[in-house]
Amino acid sequence: MKCFSRYLPYIFRPPNTILSSSCHTEADIISTVEFNHTGELLATGDKGGRVVIFQREQESKNQVHRRGEYNVYSTFQSHEPEFDYLKSLEIEEKINKIRWLPQQNAAYFLLSTNDKTVKLWKVSERDKRPEGYNLKDEEGRLRDPSTITTLRVPVLRPMDLMVEATPRRVFANAHTYHINSISVNSDYETYMSADDLRINLWNFEITNQSFNIVDIKPANMEELTEVITAAEFHPHHCNTFVYSSSKGTIRLCDMRASALCDRHTKFFEEPEDPSNRSFFSEIISSISDVKFSHSGRYIMTRDYLTVKVWDLNMENRPIETYQVHDYLRSKLCSLYENDCIFDKFECVWNGSDSVIMTGSYNNFFRMFDRNTKRDVTLEASRENSKPRAILKPRKVCVGGKRRKDEISVDSLDFSKKILHTAWHPSENIIAVAATNNLYIFQDKVN
Amino acid sequence: MMLSKGLKRKREEEEEGLAVDTWWLDPGHPAVAQAPAATAASSSLFDLSVLKLHHSLRQSEPDLRHLVLVVNTLRRIQASMAPAATLPPVPSPPPAPGVADSLLASSDAALSASMASLLEDLSHIEGLSQVPQPLADEGPLGRPTAGAPPSLGALDLLGPATGCLLDDSLEGLFEDIDTSMYDSELWAPASESLKPGPVEGPGKEETTPELDEAELDYLMDVLVGTQALERPPGPGR
Repeated sequence: MKCFSRYLPYIFRPPNTILSSSCHTEADIISTVEFNHTGELLATGDKGGRVVIFQREQESKNQVHRRGEYNVYSTFQSHEPEFDYLKSLEIEEKINKIRWLPQQNAAYFLLSTNDKTVKLWKVSERDKRPEGYNLKDEEGRLRDPSTITTLRVPVLRPMDLMVEATPRRVFANAHTYHINSISVNSDYETYMSADDLRINLWNFEITNQSFNIVDIKPANMEELTEVITAAEFHPHHCNTFVYSSSKGTIRLCDMRASALCDRHTKFFEEPEDPSNRSFFSEIISSISDVKFSHSGRYIMTRDYLTVKVWDLNMENRPIETYQVHDYLRSKLCSLYENDCIFDKFECVWNGSDSVIMTGSYNNFFRMFDRNTKRDVTLEASRENSKPRAILKPRKVCVGGKRRKDEISVDSLDFSKKILHTAWHPSENIIAVAATNNLYIFQDKVN
Repeated sequence: MMLSKGLKRKREEEEEGLAVDTWWLDPGHPAVAQAPAATAASSSLFDLSVLKLHHSLRQSEPDLRHLVLVVNTLRRIQASMAPAATLPPVPSPPPAPGVADSLLASSDAALSASMASLLEDLSHIEGLSQVPQPLADEGPLGRPTAGAPPSLGALDLLGPATGCLLDDSLEGLFEDIDTSMYDSELWAPASESLKPGPVEGPGKEETTPELDEAELDYLMDVLVGTQALERPPGPGR
């Protein structure tokens, strides 16, 4: 990794193009962003149930300045709105999560899910076409067999590249509640899907059966006080996974211990700070995202105001806590009133687990360097993103005299929230979703 | 002024009671220092939370996380309002403690009752949609959930388990659904009409009960589309 951290602020250059839909409709709002394991592909899902995959341009001697740009590779409709006739409910087509499978052949595979159904998609290229059929003519019409006097072997001829996405598996009817997470296991044979109260384990080859491995539904729904908010498999140990809750706890489970992992192996919870206690303590402690580090040694959790890093070997408190936007602590009542306090922000690790990133309001996103303990606030906006320019750090003024470049807390736009971000697995390239716009920033230290 | 999508409030009178500031959490605030005012502030937060709870439950499919967090917050507010009844009297004529008391008396019962009934409504709806445990076979690994979709749960009550129509308590939820096709009388004539001639064999009566259940299951499967769903998506990988 380049030692760019010595030259903080993080020098991210905006892309030449900002990828966005031309007209802003509700359906265009991006709901998930995910790089594949090599970083060659970047997938986004939106509220309209569409998946758009971007591919990184190959390096080319002719067009050096275009190296590393992401362009649209494939677009397809993953989920359609459905109607549950029994419950008279409309099932949203919004893509909640996309997870890539590691590449094992020429095709790419990804899982996409809405509230109820997970689908396995195969994305493959076709750049050759067979020509010279015996029984069909060039237009594909069947020929009269009696007119055929000679036989020839069809040959493959090049054609314009066509990328096609086909649904290979549909995993349906296993979730009563809304699916919030999917996670591919390191065995590459199974994956899990988690909803508010249950986690199911699937085999990729079997669609009509799944194993329930966690169930926190109480016998009496009146006793319900906690829901599952996120879940993820350990990156290397295929028997281990974690899930987070609305009460700010994380449970690590070992599938070898018992078939039903209702009893956890480890329980991570930080004691409540009495000085910060308020009516909203529980809501702001609700974990919206949990991610294992690439090394598998740490987990990172995001709650409303902070990002925490936990060592798997220490359950009683996190080893690091980063304040994302502590200036909101005095505004919690307003944020409760307008429901912003329920916003679910995600968090990501960089490839070397040395930097973590998460979003905030006003199209701001934050990066924290775990080694130097320095942090930066950046903004994803068209106005501030001239091509090849450097992103300027932003600062929120909490009180007193506001400096020229600072923005005051009361001027923040809470409708512009960055909930979804992604970091390239090995390079300093980040993808930031701001409503219906996707920003891709690359770090180019020369 | 915060710019964000707000909670849609249908009744205007609600707006006046809902302050946007957090002054009631500031212990140095003179109003907060006096317990009765703090109770009034808690009660406005209480009202807001009840409003949110109702709004959440009015959704066709409530966001469970949102619901649980609001309910838990309501419980916290209720717990904080309880001690106000035992506070020492304030020298100046205090209309507030009386208000607080009556608020508590009504809110305690009201909160418990409203939360209990609201959550019970939810469990009624959710209970209908459960995959019945008896249908799933216990395997060596976890609890394999059978391919039967959760949405079949309610209709399963009509099937082999009971062979009769829904309980009284649940019937009301299905008032608007035409259940005539589930009436057992319909099956006998239907199976009769399949026979070419007017002959009615004794076999009809013997096999009808089994036919009813099997045909009912089939009809349910077709209705909720599981027939289509159980077909594998395609050969190969």
